[in-house]
Amino acid sequence: MTRRGRLVLFLAAAAVVAALLAAAFVALPHFGGAHHPYGERAVRAAFAHRTANAIASVNFDQRAFDTLGEESILFAAVLGALVLLRQTAGERRRPPRPTRVSPAIRRLGVLLLPVTLLVGLYVVAHGQITPGGGFQGGVVVATALHLLYVAADYGALERLRPLSLYEIGDAAGEAAYAVTGIATVLAGSAFLANVLPWGTFGTLSSAGTVVVLNAAVGMEVACGVVVLLATFLDQALEIEKPEPRQGDGSARPGGGGG
Amino acid sequence: MTDVLLALALLLVAVTATAAVLNREPVRQALVLSFLGLALALLFTFVQAPDVSLSQLAVGSAVTPLMIVLTVRKVRRDAGTGPGPGPDSGPDPSANTGPAHGRSGGDGPGEGGRR
Repeated sequence: MTRRGRLVLFLAAAAVVAALLAAAFVALPHFGGAHHPYGERAVRAAFAHRTANAIASVNFDQRAFDTLGEESILFAAVLGALVLLRQTAGERRRPPRPTRVSPAIRRLGVLLLPVTLLVGLYVVAHGQITPGGGFQGGVVVATALHLLYVAADYGALERLRPLSLYEIGDAAGEAAYAVTGIATVLAGSAFLANVLPWGTFGTLSSAGTVVVLNAAVGMEVACGVVVLLATFLDQALEIEKPEPRQGDGSARPGGGGG
Repeated sequence: MTDVLLALALLLVAVTATAAVLNREPVRQALVLSFLGLALALLFTFVQAPDVSLSQLAVGSAVTPLMIVLTVRKVRRDAGTGPGPGPDSGPDPSANTGPAHGRSGGDGPGEGGRR
């Protein structure tokens, strides 16, 4: 297709999208208004299942099946990155030399690591009550571990981060979500329906299956991000591309085997 | 009061997003992207969406820029590993992927593996 043809096609498609968007936006509730048809229904449904954080209720109860899809997208993306960034034949692995870190940064890292880890775990654990949840808290937990790299060096991070455990955790989190869904079916309800006792509103044990699914996502995201960053760090710091070999006979025509 | 904060946050998002697009040096772009993530997190907080704000803060201003910086480092390191000089022989002008700004201070492959 010529450049001009592409431009015409784009402009035509963009005009259609713009017209549809404008028509949709006109019918939307006003910005910042007190009433919102979807919001009101979602909050009512969240409170009916004793879930204080309506967003968690939408994610893990009312739209739990969508979240299974989102979790699987992240899982597949991490898997894809792992396959693409693996150490290929001929690539060498050379551990980076230990580096000196200024004492101030070291102290700050040592101080911040437990605090950040605790904040992340708190955000995961309180997903059904306060803003946040498995996804947000999981990313915070994963980034907290990498303060080791800032405060010490890559060797320290590698020693205290058994990668195979995190790979198992990533898969286990993804599996736990699906298994919970199958369990709700076996319990005689719909896939991923909230069948557990709902508990007391606003407590850690409230919201039924939201707690379980939230924890599964937290584990999957934390482990997945650690594995993802590990493959990037490995490529950036350790893995070197193969040395270009010279005169190894490949240029000779008809080089005999044997 | 809320309207003022909202306007400020929107302005900040517009400015940082434009800066991220106009900046052509990948490492600097990652830093600007981090600021854009921060501005978006502020905006989401002001429109009372703390859940989205937390995600934005964790992913948009920390993990994504880190992955970009690591990728740039890998690309430059590989480009620096020619047949002649080893990876520790200092900055190689041919490894420069930025257009005009050049390699800033600590980007050299000989920096001992820290970013």
